[in-house]
Amino acid sequence: MAFLALVGAGLAKDAAFANHMWVLVAVMMGTTIVLLRRVDFGPAPVIDTSGYMDGPIRYGTIATMGWGVVGLLVGVVVALQLAYPDLNIEPWFNFGRMRPLHTSAVIFAFGGNALIATSFYVVQRTSRARLFGGDLAWFVFWGYQLFIVMAATGYLLGSNQAREYAEPEWYVDIWLTIVWVAYLVVFLGTIIRRKEPHIYVANWFYLSFIVTIAMLHIVNNLAIPVSFTGSKSYSAFSGVQDALTQWWYGHNAVGFFLTAGFLGMMYYFIPKQANRPVYSYRLSIIHFWALIFLYIWAGPHHLHYTALPDWAQTLGMVFSIMLWMPSWGGMINGLMTLSGAWDKIRTDPIIRMMVMAVAFYGMATFEGPMMSIKAVNSLSHYTDWTIGHVHSGALGWNGLITFGALYFMVPKLWNRERLYSVRMVNWHLWLATLGIVVYAAVMWVSGIQQGLMWREYDEQGFLIYSFVESVAAMHPYYMLRALGGGLYLAGAILMAFNLTMTILGRQREEAPIGGRAPALQPAE
Amino acid sequence: MALLDKHAILERNATLLLIGSFLVVTIGGIIEIAPLFYLENTIEKVEGMRPYSPLELAGRNIYIREGCYVCHSQMIRPFRDEVERYGHYSLAAESMYDHPFQWGSKRTGPDLARVGDRYSNEWHVQHLIEPRSVVPESIMPSYAFLKDNPLEVKGFATHLKANVAVGVPYTTGMIENTEADMRAQADPNADTSGIEGRYPKARVGDFDGNPQALTEMDALVAYLQMLGTLVDMKTYDETAGDR
Repeated sequence: MAFLALVGAGLAKDAAFANHMWVLVAVMMGTTIVLLRRVDFGPAPVIDTSGYMDGPIRYGTIATMGWGVVGLLVGVVVALQLAYPDLNIEPWFNFGRMRPLHTSAVIFAFGGNALIATSFYVVQRTSRARLFGGDLAWFVFWGYQLFIVMAATGYLLGSNQAREYAEPEWYVDIWLTIVWVAYLVVFLGTIIRRKEPHIYVANWFYLSFIVTIAMLHIVNNLAIPVSFTGSKSYSAFSGVQDALTQWWYGHNAVGFFLTAGFLGMMYYFIPKQANRPVYSYRLSIIHFWALIFLYIWAGPHHLHYTALPDWAQTLGMVFSIMLWMPSWGGMINGLMTLSGAWDKIRTDPIIRMMVMAVAFYGMATFEGPMMSIKAVNSLSHYTDWTIGHVHSGALGWNGLITFGALYFMVPKLWNRERLYSVRMVNWHLWLATLGIVVYAAVMWVSGIQQGLMWREYDEQGFLIYSFVESVAAMHPYYMLRALGGGLYLAGAILMAFNLTMTILGRQREEAPIGGRAPALQPAE
Repeated sequence: MALLDKHAILERNATLLLIGSFLVVTIGGIIEIAPLFYLENTIEKVEGMRPYSPLELAGRNIYIREGCYVCHSQMIRPFRDEVERYGHYSLAAESMYDHPFQWGSKRTGPDLARVGDRYSNEWHVQHLIEPRSVVPESIMPSYAFLKDNPLEVKGFATHLKANVAVGVPYTTGMIENTEADMRAQADPNADTSGIEGRYPKARVGDFDGNPQALTEMDALVAYLQMLGTLVDMKTYDETAGDR
């Protein structure tokens, strides 16, 4: 592999490809050295294949934690770049190259690793079967990390195909396709060899997420490369068709990557942590089919009032509004799972975190349909309101449910009695929540102000503000937004510390949360 | 609820569940996207549209590489304020040769769909080198390095060929003259009759203020200066309904 990459570097038609291949050479050489050092000529150790295969999950958990901190850190940096443009360091660290790095790091590196790790965890335990395919699961893990490294370095080096949330160029896309097919094989194979008669609901969501992402990824990235030794490619579609294909992908990256997959987490980890069954089986059936059917139609709401035909915009809007129902059906199913265990919110910060995640899910899936209404969208589109919306969903829902799942899994994966510190989980929760609230509130104000400034007329019928006045007005909001993001990052760092100590087997001396039963005061 | 009881069949068979959920998720996309390839108003040509000249295409690739689309849209919506601020609303046909489209989703900076011919070349170059020297409130990063990066001209014809493969009507004459056209468009002393014949309305001249070298700055400014200038909106028939 390293040699192939070296050849690629030699033959490269453009600078970005050459630099990118050198990165690949470095990664491959490093891996080779590590592998060679680990070669052991003694008798092959007997691997116990009777139990669950948790190795890739342990690595995936650590990767989730690490990439999460990295992605959030880059987020804080780009937020500060908007407030203080001198922080841009050209050419590699300009906002235009850093922003795809941030979105890919949090969605694909943090979210993707969380999904792969939790899906492997859940599918084994709900199927009572070991992962299918032996070392294929390791290939999925390491192959996915290679995809992340190639995507991230590509943006900074100037390899970007300008499709939002699908920015990696053609050769990285092909690699991801291979990894993804292996992922599907492992997951589906494990379901097929299950010892339970029924496939658990969480696995429906994971399965539809894997299949749909494969479809979206392949169709959206159809392109003709200029040369097989160059990074540049030209999209197979153009203009209107390209725009709708991209947003069909873009919206369903939210719908399937960040929603269906994470709902799989919700359907496993909330019942486990609360020690209660899922509230309603029927609701979960309706929730599943309605959600996956309706989501696919919602893409055009990203293109309201553009050159996309009106009928497609209206169709997108109607389905987006309908989507509110299954979304809240899922939220209710998640929250009501706690019925009979509501007292745990008082004593268990992990449950508290998961409940908060589902609450943010509910809020974001109400705000989304509202913003898809054309009249609202005419104000909100192109403004920071959209940014606030995605962050209340991403930080609130995806972030918190993942943190909850990590806090649940880590002690079990490393056979620890409990977390290093439960009180730190509580601190993490409130830092994160405060961060999200600051972030979302600030972006509402800035987004709506931006939208209103752009369309403000004076009595003579002239536009009042020049564009740049609206930019200047955003400065205080951009500072506050960075503060909100910073709080959230601080929480994540606290988690990384807490989980690392747990993995190392430490336990912090501390009073249990909720205290002991309150001592009765003697009557005066 | 007899129907829901039947769901057990799907729950017991992974393959059926896989196929079922795949079918369900394909429907929406097919119904919404497929017609766009056939409907009149999304594939119709408008007077004045032509493929990008090689220099403009190279500039567009720089625009893409630098991620300009994360802060600048190229899609003017049909609202009074947008039309007054940016110009005539954008037509579908105006992005017919855009592989990929660059409509954008966020306006941290202003829309650029019709920025062509609005400012001088000197303004663009100065603005790209040090944005705050011409717009004090700007938060745009500096792109001074473009002025020092020589433009890759050799072999650029392969880019035109790749565009032909995805349906852009570059002719053999255009492909054969790729490198000559790139140099001629940015050279104030060159004979520009060829390029003006092949690419009507192409802006020619030295873009980056340095006639000695053909830089990435030349290409990017050439691209910015042609944005939205191809279709003459004064003669455009509003009733044609080409949106």
